[in-house]
Amino acid sequence: MFNKNIDEEKKSSEIDDIDRQLIIATQKGLPLDPRPYNEVAKKLGITASEVRQRLELMLERKIIRRIGAVPNHYRLGYRANGMTVWDVPDRKITELGKKVGTLEFVSHCYQRPRHLPEWPYNLFAMVHAKDRSEAMKMTDKIAALLGKDNHGHDVLFSTRILKKSGLRLVSKTNDY
Amino acid sequence: MNLNTLEKRLLNEFQRNFPLAKKPYAEIAMKLGVDENLVLQILEKLQSMGVISRVGAVFEPHRIGASTLASMTVPESELIAVADIVSSFVEVNHNYEREHKINLWFVVTARDDKHLQKVIREIEEQTGYEVMRLPMLENYHIDLGFDLKWT
Repeated sequence: MFNKNIDEEKKSSEIDDIDRQLIIATQKGLPLDPRPYNEVAKKLGITASEVRQRLELMLERKIIRRIGAVPNHYRLGYRANGMTVWDVPDRKITELGKKVGTLEFVSHCYQRPRHLPEWPYNLFAMVHAKDRSEAMKMTDKIAALLGKDNHGHDVLFSTRILKKSGLRLVSKTNDY
Repeated sequence: MNLNTLEKRLLNEFQRNFPLAKKPYAEIAMKLGVDENLVLQILEKLQSMGVISRVGAVFEPHRIGASTLASMTVPESELIAVADIVSSFVEVNHNYEREHKINLWFVVTARDDKHLQKVIREIEEQTGYEVMRLPMLENYHIDLGFDLKWT
């Protein structure tokens, strides 16, 4: 029983070489071809059904979050990209983080380490809005939700996108 | 941006659960009651307009290899030059200027922690500025895509 759990744990966080190649082959997107998995399969020298199976398994193992159209928020008019950051008590962060993470306008919500004294914030929540005033309203809602547990916060708006690409998995041999 | 109903539906309803069928676009077309060619045409159009960056998988960076959010405090006059150095690393996949004293924010992803630290040290060496490491400690959000509000 113990071993089985360990095996499952290991299985869930590891990917093999073919998975890795599959990620590299698809990270720029699936071909807009009637049979996209065939195209990918050809590149990897495996069958299309194996491609589909492996993608499905990576979804199950949560290595892939989702498969679908990836919208570009900025081009769609969501011009205000605000990183809201919060200083909340460490002992309550899980409870508070879960509350903030379920707000419908929050796209990412993470705990990250503080770097005192210049960076006192331990909770990060991303908001995307059409403009800054809308983003500030969202920030106010988060502040209201945190109440007395909010010991300080800030909103960092992005002013320039200097590089944006999907996750890049570098091949094993590439030692940059 | 003027998008028709079909274009909006393709954008909003297919950010997840892309069919893992032999002919996924045909399956989407069937759900929308149109033909496959039209779906492919619209996706191509949305992609060339930059409205969607791709149709594909969104990987969870914390599940493969090692990654961290990182930031630097760079004088305004040097920002572009420093940002160019940072962006030149293949391990860097987002790089934003943000309005704050700490003004350069990027994500570094590598195959393991050792390689990650090596890349960060290399960035510090090449730019001459210290990198603040802000790795994710816990995730509180389940990613279901982004609900686009058409108002």
